[in-house]
Amino acid sequence: MKLKLKIWREGGKYPKGQFVSYDIAGVNDHMSFLEMLDVLNERLISEKEDPIAFEHDCREGICGTCSLVINGYPHGPMQQTTACQLHMRNFRDGETITIEPWRSRAFPIVKDLVVNRDAFDRIIQAGGYISVDTGQAQDGNAIPIEKDQASHAFDAATCIGCGACVAACPNASAMLFVGAKVSHLAQMPQGKIEAATRAQRMVAQHDAEGFGRCSNITACEAECPKGISVEHIARLNRQYIASTLGSEKVVE
Amino acid sequence: MPLVAPNNKRRLEVIIVGTGLAGGAAAATFGELGYKVKVFTFHDSPRRAHSIAAQGGINAAKNYQNDGDSVFRLFYDTIKGGDYRSREANVHRLAEVSVNIIDQAVAQGVPFAREYGGLLSNRSFGGVQVSRTFYARGQTGQQLLLGAYQSLSRQISLGNVELFNRHEMIDLVMEDGKARGIIARNLLTGETERHGAHAVVLGTGGYGNVFYLSTNAMNSNGSAAWRAVKQGAYMANPCFTQIHPTCIPVSGEYQSKLTLMSESLRNDGRVWVPRKMEDAAAIREGRKTGLDIPEADRDYYLERRYPAFGNLVPRDVASRAAKTACDEGLGVSPTGLAVYLDFDAAINRYGKSKAHSQNEHNASEARIRELGVGVIEEKYGNLFEMYEKITGEDPYVMPMKIYPAVHYTMGGLWVDYNLQTNIPGLFAIGEANFSDHGANRLGASALMQGLADGYFVLPYTIGTYLSQEIRNPMVDPDGPAFKEAEAQSQARIDRLMSINGNKSPETFHRELGKIMWEYCGMARNAEGLQKGRRMIRELREEFWRDVYVPGRIKEYNPELEKALRVADFLELGELMMLDALDRNESCGGHFREEYQTEDGEALRRDDEYAYVSAWEWDDVDPILHKEELIFENVELKTRSYK
Repeated sequence: MKLKLKIWREGGKYPKGQFVSYDIAGVNDHMSFLEMLDVLNERLISEKEDPIAFEHDCREGICGTCSLVINGYPHGPMQQTTACQLHMRNFRDGETITIEPWRSRAFPIVKDLVVNRDAFDRIIQAGGYISVDTGQAQDGNAIPIEKDQASHAFDAATCIGCGACVAACPNASAMLFVGAKVSHLAQMPQGKIEAATRAQRMVAQHDAEGFGRCSNITACEAECPKGISVEHIARLNRQYIASTLGSEKVVE
Repeated sequence: MPLVAPNNKRRLEVIIVGTGLAGGAAAATFGELGYKVKVFTFHDSPRRAHSIAAQGGINAAKNYQNDGDSVFRLFYDTIKGGDYRSREANVHRLAEVSVNIIDQAVAQGVPFAREYGGLLSNRSFGGVQVSRTFYARGQTGQQLLLGAYQSLSRQISLGNVELFNRHEMIDLVMEDGKARGIIARNLLTGETERHGAHAVVLGTGGYGNVFYLSTNAMNSNGSAAWRAVKQGAYMANPCFTQIHPTCIPVSGEYQSKLTLMSESLRNDGRVWVPRKMEDAAAIREGRKTGLDIPEADRDYYLERRYPAFGNLVPRDVASRAAKTACDEGLGVSPTGLAVYLDFDAAINRYGKSKAHSQNEHNASEARIRELGVGVIEEKYGNLFEMYEKITGEDPYVMPMKIYPAVHYTMGGLWVDYNLQTNIPGLFAIGEANFSDHGANRLGASALMQGLADGYFVLPYTIGTYLSQEIRNPMVDPDGPAFKEAEAQSQARIDRLMSINGNKSPETFHRELGKIMWEYCGMARNAEGLQKGRRMIRELREEFWRDVYVPGRIKEYNPELEKALRVADFLELGELMMLDALDRNESCGGHFREEYQTEDGEALRRDDEYAYVSAWEWDDVDPILHKEELIFENVELKTRSYK
């Protein structure tokens, strides 16, 4: 099939950023979306043009590197699918496809479709862990966890840190990302000890990074490639409120 | 073993390159111990390392299932699975610490699968007869990596570890015969940087991408290890490559990578091809599908050839058997390179059992199927979804089509028992070293080895070297050795950029991959290896004559990153050919056609080849050093899974 691509280019020849159109032919059903971009880039390189910068790595939907807004949807129109797992059989011959980067003040653009997501690392550094040094652990089976609860914790822990929730949110809020980590750890007995300070610290860092507030639009859940539910934001809110009202440990 | 006192640890700097299971775990643990740590990753975040993609699970000799497991059995299985080409002492240590890894991961909050009683759940993997694999759905690598990443993040926030993301190591710096630091390229700005330390640790993964098409992530590469080899480190057993039997087959020339379907699927999937050539041909031409072939006309060849292990034979055996079936003309995809992995029997079995447990004693066939599909979905749902997204076929109805693909490299930097390379002060951990898996790695053992090295082995063994360094002052990254190394790196980049030829780095990479797969893939022979080596030489010359790298040096330039990696692969690939040529035997993943038994099994030659090949690079004639393998606790036997 033949397609018209409208791709956001920023940096190099396009210092202010703008959409640039490309026609591409010979696209087939079995190609992944990123392979289609590979083909375009090979052509640009052979014409000694600057190839389109986009990030990708595992191409299996798990590393969270790819970050394209396709036709207005983070990771494209398919539900629970990262851009790298999206295949061209989901598009029609002759279609025009718009491709943009994540857009958020907290994710500055590096080049074209590549953004800087260091803010997510800093949010995890603020408290998204259990404080245990190597070698201190007791036997794994000494901490029984109810099967369904472990499974619910996993549902939150499956977050790949891609940032689609931020790209989807009109407020550019990262509350689904924060909520997923807080909820994962708070649902496990090992993680309960630090639950209060964790929620406070991570939310404080989230705000400091310039992400917006959550106003329960829930676009994040709809666009999350791992289908993470906003119930984890609700759990975060409960943790956060309880910790500010009841706990003596309030982060300054 | 000598230790370093806490007050001295503060004064010792360690550079760790790579933030996967091995590097991430090591960086976190070194930080906890009090060393001054600098950790480097070319990714935007440590959490993106390719360990994240490991699906099936992690082994540990916990014997929670009471099925006869023990440290010795894990040790024995690993030595046997590796076809007796690994070092006993290292493997035994690995089996010993395996149990601590599970404890550590649980304490970090890794959400492992659990039974109804709340205790940890296990499943089976290939090449073993016990259930010792711990798992977190089909995303075990992700969860374990996030555990390590979170511990690392904690150390970063405490100021014990300094993170350099989007930084790629482009050379190793040597001073007085010791590793003293690295030259890194800041991938955002293109600037080169000099970083010094008392020791350098490489946890940079494997080099499977030398084949271009593999299950590795697109950016996985062998460059950090290869840069060390160019400084004199030995590369051990480079030809030992793992070809994973269950991957989604290639669909076209534009294909950029291959996707693994977890080995855990072989717990319930049955591998088969049609018995009759005409059926296979009809399927390839689209006139029939797998569903049209009656039971009697299917050949469940693994169950037939290996009754004791059936579909759960080790990876090398399963891969070779798939190749044999396709070579005979029984392949089931248009390219002829695919076999079936069929869940019908499992769906039926689970459906019946589920119906029984729900007191539905007269359940219809459709109802049994429905219940069975539910059970399979619970176990492998994400894998089935991934398969459908990629192929457009529903694997609950049509049997999956699979074919072997490059997955892991058992070879790597030569290390001693302390995981130190032959360069003092340079250490290699995880897939980047060679030590534990011999000629074939067992499933769910990569996660085990990466975390064992990072959490429990290196933090202890590195003391032997660092205890000798406590009197040495901080390394000066402005010294002449650093300046010279940096200038050389810059010259190399300048040379690449100035060629201004006609072919992209990707084009060269793809061509290299074809040569590697053809002549150094699942089956090798002397003539092909010699030819392959010549072809790589020619390709390398062409690369340095005709590559075109767009963009500029001092900017974000992914094509330049790629070109630097491909340049290294072009040398590494040649060494792999040479190593495969030297090893006149078949063992594990290394199958030399000249050396096979009458029924096509690998023929090992212990009298002549029970050694580790440690290669010292030389552009004309690499030098082979042999480390003899001595087996004191395991008897050398012909591996049999029949």
